Amino acid sequence: MSAILPPSERLWWKHPLDRVEGTWILIALVWCLTMFAMMVGWHVYGRQNLSTETYRTTPEQFTKKTQAMVDKHTVRTETDQKIPVVAPPPGSDVYLIARLWAFWPILELEKDKTYRLHLTAMDYNHGFSLQPANINIQVVPGYEHVVTVTPNKSGVYSIVCNEFCGINHHTMVSRLYVK
Amino acid sequence: MTATTYRTCPRSGLQFEAQAEKLMIANAVTAVVALLVGGILAIGVALTRWPAVHLLAADTFYMVLTAHGIDMLIFWIIFFEVAVLYFCSSTLLRCRLATPKIAWLAFALMLIGAVVNNVAVFQGGSSVMMTSYVPMMAAPAFYLGLILFAVGALIACFVFFGTLVVARRERTYEGSVPLVTFGAITAAIIAVFTIASGAIILIPTFLMSVGLIQSVDALVYRTIWWAFGHSSQQINVAAHISIWYAVAAIAFGAKPMSERVSRGAFLLYILFLQLASAHHLLADPGLGTAWKVVNTSYFMYFAVLASMIHGLTIPGAIEVAQRQKGLTNGLFEWLRKAPWGNPVFSGMFIALIGFGFLGGISGVMMGTEQLNMIIHNTVYVPGHFHATVVVGTTLSFMALTYFLIPALFRRELINPGLAQWQPYLFGLSMYFFCLVMMGAGTLGVSRRHWDMAFSGAALAYEWPGAAYLMMALVGISGVVAIVGGAIYIYLTVGSLLWGRRLDEGARSPTFTPVPRAAPTAVAQTYGSAGFAAPGTFVMAMVFLVAFVLYYFINWKYLSQVWGLS
Repeated sequence: MSAILPPSERLWWKHPLDRVEGTWILIALVWCLTMFAMMVGWHVYGRQNLSTETYRTTPEQFTKKTQAMVDKHTVRTETDQKIPVVAPPPGSDVYLIARLWAFWPILELEKDKTYRLHLTAMDYNHGFSLQPANINIQVVPGYEHVVTVTPNKSGVYSIVCNEFCGINHHTMVSRLYVK
Repeated sequence: MTATTYRTCPRSGLQFEAQAEKLMIANAVTAVVALLVGGILAIGVALTRWPAVHLLAADTFYMVLTAHGIDMLIFWIIFFEVAVLYFCSSTLLRCRLATPKIAWLAFALMLIGAVVNNVAVFQGGSSVMMTSYVPMMAAPAFYLGLILFAVGALIACFVFFGTLVVARRERTYEGSVPLVTFGAITAAIIAVFTIASGAIILIPTFLMSVGLIQSVDALVYRTIWWAFGHSSQQINVAAHISIWYAVAAIAFGAKPMSERVSRGAFLLYILFLQLASAHHLLADPGLGTAWKVVNTSYFMYFAVLASMIHGLTIPGAIEVAQRQKGLTNGLFEWLRKAPWGNPVFSGMFIALIGFGFLGGISGVMMGTEQLNMIIHNTVYVPGHFHATVVVGTTLSFMALTYFLIPALFRRELINPGLAQWQPYLFGLSMYFFCLVMMGAGTLGVSRRHWDMAFSGAALAYEWPGAAYLMMALVGISGVVAIVGGAIYIYLTVGSLLWGRRLDEGARSPTFTPVPRAAPTAVAQTYGSAGFAAPGTFVMAMVFLVAFVLYYFINWKYLSQVWGLS
């Protein structure tokens, strides 16, 4: 029962290992380094890397910028609450507010065009979960996260809040259109 | 020094010191009570997330989910771990427990903390989930309970360290500590880091909840909280892997294939396992790419390497022991003829396979910086951690309990026939539960979400039918697993109450030192034992193939989503 007894050989660290262990350690090490290289390599060759561009912000500052975009590029409104649908020009900065318990406004983007999407939360932590593409980003209050996005399929997407944010968390869901 | 006695268990040959024994019993029993509470709460969670049943109202659901997470992930596991720490020090090293009065103080603080926290949650104003991300605030008692519990657990860790010193000073053993104790030291070192991180962030949050501090930054909170939240799960990994080595020794008389390799792997845990808390921050703003890559890979996946080593050496040690008993036919006779009817072994082995294949592989997926974007905060995440913490840790603790009931509690197990089946029922239903949860997560379903139908929302999203099916299967398999857990509690509590009392063995006022083991033949040069565990090696290769395939499937899936930079 030696795993629960002191090692019987006092100089246990001098004993060579068996071939099974040596071979496996080598294989496992190669695999671990491969995975590490993959993660680094995707930053060079891959097209899906999460931006780290972040600024501190306040609800007032962010609302102001969002309102300016809404005033300029609203094309229609939706639902009883008249949520503006905004179609900003490709390449521009687009703003999305996450707050209890809604996203505002609704964005309308163009396929294969690139946008700088600014995300922040007005109150609690929220989640930006784009469905059915299944892209998930944390939205943290006080921080403005700028993510460069390039939609690759047109259609109607949903944005689901997937960070628990209180009793009406399940109603916090919005749309995003890609033309 | 207070007078104490040492009891030698006639069944296991282990020597229990009287104070340590009482403390182990108190901590283990409290742990099972926490598991009972958490298990009852699990019924509410499983039946609410099963869309067709949708049992609880939203506010009750979030309250129940908060309590379920804390009672299971913190109270059940850490109470049990304190018992394991005392076992690995006082019992395995055959020495008295250092400062038993302070150990009781630790127990009292942990118990008070657990009760205070639970009361705060059930009063309803603290449904903030286990993570309690600021600025969402809970009642002050919620944080206070956690802080008291953490202080108690920290004291218990120091009692463990003190006991190691006592054993060394009183020369109760010769040479190095046993491998299992070494693993427990790893767990305790990680625990000290974990609890310190918890204190650093929970104390200011508590002060904020009573109005003494204006605000705690949301991102700073997340960063430090996860050094507590994830690291506490790394204590479990070190603890349950130690238990696997112990079970291999107890059930088979297996000795580690190589002390150097197994201890080296634990050392890698001490050095690198903590970095994994970065996994939770991969989808966050404000943290740099290099920081994310270095930390989330546990510095080039050295901690994953360590787990892959343990995953080979534990079944490998069993294989070597079985082959020495003459079970040498083919690759797998040693495994076929293992004691599958003994719940100590079957529970441990089901835990090991599930932890590796389901928990380990999915953990690396989520912890890969880019792949995290298609997983973050989906129900894939609880799918992963139920595979690690429930299949891995909880089932290992259950398996160990079946050994401890006669050895520590001196009772005969009631209904051993039922105990034979319990690890299969619980373990395999949890396998299925984790798989369907990860399946639903792959389709994007959110975690911590009361209603996947978004009732009352103007712009509701319609999840695919497959997601509804998966979540129904989550509910069904969850209920089956809860039945398996209830059987464990029935067997444990029933044995303590009604089990036949067993002979407690001779008591002596002094300890009997650990006998010096005769050196056995070990590999003297590289490969001198040949290829000692070929069956285990084949299983390891199957694991590797599954790992590699699933890894690249996820990259393929990622490569099809929107361009992000």
